[in-house]
Amino acid sequence: MFYREAGQFKTSYAADSAKFPIRQDLVAIWIYLAIGFLVIPVFGDKYFIEVIMIPFLVLALAAIGLNILVGYTGQISLGTGGFMGVGAYSCYKMATYFPDMNIIVLILLSGFFAAIVGVIFGLPSLRIKGFYLVVTTLAAQFFLEWAFIRIPWLYNYNDTGAINEITRESFGYIITGAQSDYTVKYLVVLSIVVGMTWIASNLISGRIGRSWMMIRDMDIAAELMGVRPLYAKLSAFAVSSFYCGVAGSMMVFFWQGSAEVEIFDYNRSFQILFMVILGGLGSLLGSFLGAAIIFILPIIIRAAPDYGIPIQAATADHISLIIIGVLIVVFLILEPLGLARLWGIIKQKLRVWPFPY
Amino acid sequence: MMKKLLMGAAALALAGSLNTTVNIAGASAEDTLYVPSLSYRTGPFAGNGIPFADGFADYFNMLNERDGGIGGARIIVEECETGYKADKGVECYEATKGKGALAYNPLSTGITLQLVPKAPVDKIPVFSMGYGLSAVAIGEKFPYGFAYPASYWSQMSSILKYIDSNGGIKGKKIGFIYLDAGYGKEPIPLLEKLAPEMGFEWVGFPVGVKEMQNQSATWLNVRKERPDWMIMWGWGAMNPTAVKEAAKIRFPMDKFIGNWWAGAHADLESVGETGKGYLAANFSGIGTDFPALQDVIKHVVEPGKSQVESVEKVGNVLYNRGLFNAVMMAEAIRVAQEHTGKTVITGEDMRWGLENFKLTEARLKELGLEGFTSPVIASCKDHEGGGAVFIQQWTGSDWERISDPIPPMVEQVRPLLEEAAESYTSEAADWQTQTCS
Amino acid sequence: MELFNQIFVDPFVTMYELPDLLLQTLWEGFVSGTLYSLIALGFVLIFKASSVFNFAQGIMVVFAALTLVGLHELGVPAYLALLLTLGVMYLLAFSVERLVLRHMVNQPDIILFMTTIGLTFILIGAGELVFGGEPKAMITEELGLPTGSSDWDVFGGIVIFQHIDIAAAVIAFLLILGLAIFFNKTRIGRALRAVADDHQAALSVGISLNQIWVIVWFAAGIVALATGIMWAAKSDVSFALQVVALKALPVLVLGGFTSIPGAIVGGLIIGFSEKLFDLYWGVPILGGGTESWFAFIVALLFLLYRPEGLFGEKHIERI
Repeated sequence: MFYREAGQFKTSYAADSAKFPIRQDLVAIWIYLAIGFLVIPVFGDKYFIEVIMIPFLVLALAAIGLNILVGYTGQISLGTGGFMGVGAYSCYKMATYFPDMNIIVLILLSGFFAAIVGVIFGLPSLRIKGFYLVVTTLAAQFFLEWAFIRIPWLYNYNDTGAINEITRESFGYIITGAQSDYTVKYLVVLSIVVGMTWIASNLISGRIGRSWMMIRDMDIAAELMGVRPLYAKLSAFAVSSFYCGVAGSMMVFFWQGSAEVEIFDYNRSFQILFMVILGGLGSLLGSFLGAAIIFILPIIIRAAPDYGIPIQAATADHISLIIIGVLIVVFLILEPLGLARLWGIIKQKLRVWPFPY
Repeated sequence: MMKKLLMGAAALALAGSLNTTVNIAGASAEDTLYVPSLSYRTGPFAGNGIPFADGFADYFNMLNERDGGIGGARIIVEECETGYKADKGVECYEATKGKGALAYNPLSTGITLQLVPKAPVDKIPVFSMGYGLSAVAIGEKFPYGFAYPASYWSQMSSILKYIDSNGGIKGKKIGFIYLDAGYGKEPIPLLEKLAPEMGFEWVGFPVGVKEMQNQSATWLNVRKERPDWMIMWGWGAMNPTAVKEAAKIRFPMDKFIGNWWAGAHADLESVGETGKGYLAANFSGIGTDFPALQDVIKHVVEPGKSQVESVEKVGNVLYNRGLFNAVMMAEAIRVAQEHTGKTVITGEDMRWGLENFKLTEARLKELGLEGFTSPVIASCKDHEGGGAVFIQQWTGSDWERISDPIPPMVEQVRPLLEEAAESYTSEAADWQTQTCS
Repeated sequence: MELFNQIFVDPFVTMYELPDLLLQTLWEGFVSGTLYSLIALGFVLIFKASSVFNFAQGIMVVFAALTLVGLHELGVPAYLALLLTLGVMYLLAFSVERLVLRHMVNQPDIILFMTTIGLTFILIGAGELVFGGEPKAMITEELGLPTGSSDWDVFGGIVIFQHIDIAAAVIAFLLILGLAIFFNKTRIGRALRAVADDHQAALSVGISLNQIWVIVWFAAGIVALATGIMWAAKSDVSFALQVVALKALPVLVLGGFTSIPGAIVGGLIIGFSEKLFDLYWGVPILGGGTESWFAFIVALLFLLYRPEGLFGEKHIERI
């Protein structure tokens, strides 16, 4: 009813190709941002922000990274966990070498290391496609996991083999470490994620993004039309790994606090891939929706005993595994394009409501 | 198994009939003490996580049933499933800490490492019983970290002492097979330190988490290196596989010692006769010949208030380990209650309790646990309590205690621990320490 | 120079000095190789017939072994439990086809691949719910499989052959032989090859795709059960076992996704090379533990030269 575009006329090309051509969408985005930046920090309690919002945002960023590779460029990757790890470990190393540098800058810089590693392991994609590529990215994953354990320099020769967050201040606030304030941490994470999402959406609608999508749709045709696969594929790997790397270092510094290799193992890669698939391949909105459902749903199921449903913790876990599995299968059968597509359908229906079309 | 099937079905239907969850109902009216249990009954390490979690919960429930709790306050044990995953561990921590959690027992080195820096901020102690960060043994540096009855390093020194007293260690070659993760690598600094001092040579054999059940290459390497003794820091499916592979290359079983996480019934039952003679360190009694365990059976297991699969599982190594963890927690609670005069204590009171409980021979006897373990004397300085381990041997069907308690080599280990604590705390800004009188 | 020695001289010196160890290594490589081949075979069967990259093969191995042991624990005699487990695997194949695959005709491969990951979750959750998470011992003796070992005195040392390993190799061989006969000599086998060649052409001559799918999933289930028994006899039945199945991926890449001989040869190559590499190069130079990635890196390097694997079909792309 309220979602009508009648009366909104586009008078310029710029208006026509705007990100949110419908005014209500634009308003909605501002409302979401206002909720994210104002309402949640004020009203959200520590549990909600630390256990749900921060991990959700971090994982959504990783999902965006992977979506660039899988959804926009069509290169399936299972190396996400490894690339996130590269980001985390390089951030940790830089934080120990440059104790005076702002941690936010270091987190963003760590993305570049992940990007370099991503490009190296992306090289085979020039010759290999499809499931064969899955295997080579798994090679990256397993090799990186091994390297994180076996190269003690990476974790400063700690006895524990784990990397720990380092307490750092910036702009007068402690933003990392156990003493940090959760709202401040949340706002930093939110700003990074929103900023990087905005950049991603511009990259995608720009020249690079279009070359990625041409590669995805038909790489030989794209090549014939003048897209250089070398640049397109490797830039996709670089950008994707950059995002994953940043997500990885945020994971250690803003969420987990301390990391063993295990949090960057192949299960992480699968988790992110699920987010992308369930959310919607080739959709930024989908990355957020997918992260929400894959990450938050198990938490809700696990909290069942708190609502008086008498199941044991382990049983709840088994059930949540089964439910997620069923959801994945059902979704893929009914709507292979994911939640983002569902959302699109709802919006389309709303536009013409009460008529079917 | 049928019981589980039924329970699963009931849970699926969300029917409330089969309420075996630990003590949820009717708690709010009276005084309660909340003890979260970060357990893992799923995932690759579930085989070890299940008995431990059962023993832990059953002891507290026994206290509830027999004595009406501790000092008049009932204990609520709430399990949160971690699957041995560090990120779920943090989630559980955040979800439960607001409910008045007294202390955390994560049963995972990875989760312990994450909680250690959080503990002083939230003022809830982390009690990693014989695992986690060895350096927390230094009480001055880690007011909120505890590792009773012994840290990994102390344990390793006890094992080395055992080897020394059984044929001498000088000039011997010690093979160290370990899970290639934080947990397995923990004792390496100690080996490096003690090797020249005690005059032995050591060689490491890492086993990747993914290769736990695929160790043939590792054991070929063992065969190549021909060590005189093997020491194992394993967990989960790694243990039975390693023992089987050792038997395959004809490694003498009585020269193969597991640490206290590599010597449970769950590990060796699937190996059976093949593993006869295999040794492991332990610090908690085996079997049910203790009055306290009989009470657990009488008050909790037989009325069906336990999650344990059958009565036979009561008294196995990890069940008793979990129970021992609960015993120490209960002692700390009791001491804290006496000290503060309150029935319902906080995390900070609990910290005091964990620093001041004294599990002497006499006290153990009072608790119905005579001879269950060596005395553990808590103190402000020493957060590992100087507990001694004993060596047990697999007879082909059960564990048998074969040695007296072996106290750790405190003079050698303590300086190393202090060094490690120093390097850990120097990295963290504004680390909260304490001075002990 | 030292590194040069470590790479090109020392390993061969060790091999020469301890020939019995080398033989033992080769034998272990052979045993692991046959087991890798078996897992890979399960993948290939399904991929050939339905171009589904079945990620759930690994958990099917665990699930089959668990069902077998779980039934035995309930008091079912071993051989009957074996039969019942086969029944369960058939039921699984049937329901996968009926509930999932049938609805997913004409979906892109990646979607089908993701579906099987969803299936993996369901099987893990259901398996743990029903059988619990405790590891269980494989009922090796009850099934009449040999235990114990034999020695072969050679070059002043010994090579130890575990009887269960020999049995594993023999059973793997028989299974592969049986499948080969089944595919080449029976009517269903011919239909299956027709489906693998061209779905639509097969449909047009009256082959029921649905039936074929059930059959290949069931065949993959049988292979999974065999793998599960053999592997669990070496350690025990636990959910950690599914990770081993990931090893099948580099095997597939080496052999090609659609080739049964490829799976066998690929499995053996991976088995031999990773054991040899870890023992003679991995441990001295890299500190060991290289088994977790070595196979994948071999596959990666190999792919750069032959993107479709050893025996894979060459793709001709058109616009």
